[in-house]
Amino acid sequence: MNKHLISAADLSKDDALLILDTAEELGKVSERSIKKLPTLRGRTVVNLFFEDSTRTRISFEAAAKRLSADVINFSAKGSSVSKGESLKDTALTLEAMGADAVVIRHSASGAPYRLATWVRGSVVNAGDGTHEHPTQALLDAFSMRRRLGSLEGRRVTIVGDVLHSRVARSNVLLLNTLGAEVTLVAPPTLLPVAVDTWPCQVSYDLDAVLPKSDVVMMLRVQKERMNAAYFPSEREYSRRYGLDRDRFARMPEEAIVMHPGPMNRGMEIAAEVADSPRSTIVEQVANGVTIRMAVLYLLLGGEI
Amino acid sequence: MVNFVMSDSRAVLEGPDIHRALTRIAHEILERTKGARDVILLGIPTRGATLAKRLGERIAQVEDVKVASGSLDVTMYRDDLRSGPARALGRTELPADGVDDKLVVLVDDVLYSGRTIRAALDALNDLGRPRAVQLAVLVDRGHRELPIRADYVGKNLPTAKSEKVKVLLTEIDGRDAVELIK
Repeated sequence: MNKHLISAADLSKDDALLILDTAEELGKVSERSIKKLPTLRGRTVVNLFFEDSTRTRISFEAAAKRLSADVINFSAKGSSVSKGESLKDTALTLEAMGADAVVIRHSASGAPYRLATWVRGSVVNAGDGTHEHPTQALLDAFSMRRRLGSLEGRRVTIVGDVLHSRVARSNVLLLNTLGAEVTLVAPPTLLPVAVDTWPCQVSYDLDAVLPKSDVVMMLRVQKERMNAAYFPSEREYSRRYGLDRDRFARMPEEAIVMHPGPMNRGMEIAAEVADSPRSTIVEQVANGVTIRMAVLYLLLGGEI
Repeated sequence: MVNFVMSDSRAVLEGPDIHRALTRIAHEILERTKGARDVILLGIPTRGATLAKRLGERIAQVEDVKVASGSLDVTMYRDDLRSGPARALGRTELPADGVDDKLVVLVDDVLYSGRTIRAALDALNDLGRPRAVQLAVLVDRGHRELPIRADYVGKNLPTAKSEKVKVLLTEIDGRDAVELIK
């Protein structure tokens, strides 16, 4: 494995399978009474969050703590960053504190790449702008594998705001590595310009793709990133691209529904679909801790 | 069949020897634990886990008792993890009712420095509180670095530190043998 985890494209098929297999074993730790392993004792993990994110930060924190690493949480609000400190100076400060790994969330795409050139430790991308979120893709793949077995040849449909979604990009790259066939479904305004270079199919018609899907992953409509009129109204978006009860009924019987959260219930996904037994949404949260344990173990567990 | 093994590798135990050693250990476990009622056999992956399974079957053949067996991966508890890249994990599979108040017999193929067993005791500590812990090994090759000894030994094999002991099992390697490699 590489020293850093910045893009899902950094992972070879063997790397990805090693992470998933490691997570499969580490998942058992969460089921026992002592949910802790001594493996990363004496290692320091810094959570460097320049963008609000409760679930990803807690997930990384829980993962690091279950492996006995020391965790330092650094959020931009109320810190030296709000006083105007640059990313580089922040990085050098963390370096001086002896961080073995820095988990970074930043609103600027590419921030983790820059960071990796300044610090000696491993850099883990916890979401950068509209670029990537590799651990989310890993936990999604892990959740799919647990429900469906191997991902080889599985048809995964990703629906919604692909343009602003780092989750979609990481998922397309990783699922392609793992041998799944991905179809993106979105209004043309919510697809990136170069989507034809991505290793996936593209469709504008959800109803045509649904009956041929093993997995349907709904993306959140990211209102906070919508600074232009990407679709006429929420109601129209929901009609054409929302997963409601009728569409859910037309999916193959064993197909599963995923959502990276947080959800807009009633907008991209109907409440009863989100709560159905074929939805993996709650599992995805639990699997998030497990997959992040696997990543931290594989990056920091050996010689560094 | 002509066996083109390298000339410095010598088989110290063949298939039938391993079979007899395991049968004897099965008898010893039954004797020392007075019928193996609350015994759990926990093998250390990969070959220890296979041996634990075989021992369980052997005990069931000797006296009609069903002994639970499982596997205990110790990778996350090793003291040499940081002397190489992170290792892939083995499987941990415990019997459904856990290890609390049971007599756990750890099973491994080769006992050498004792460090793996130290790691196994730590791992076990996080999984529950057994009534007692014992150790069964197919080969004890000496050179202990910690105060650890085995309760059941298939064969005591005096070795030099420069030599290697390789255990082959049919389930994994296609045949049963213990080889000493100079």
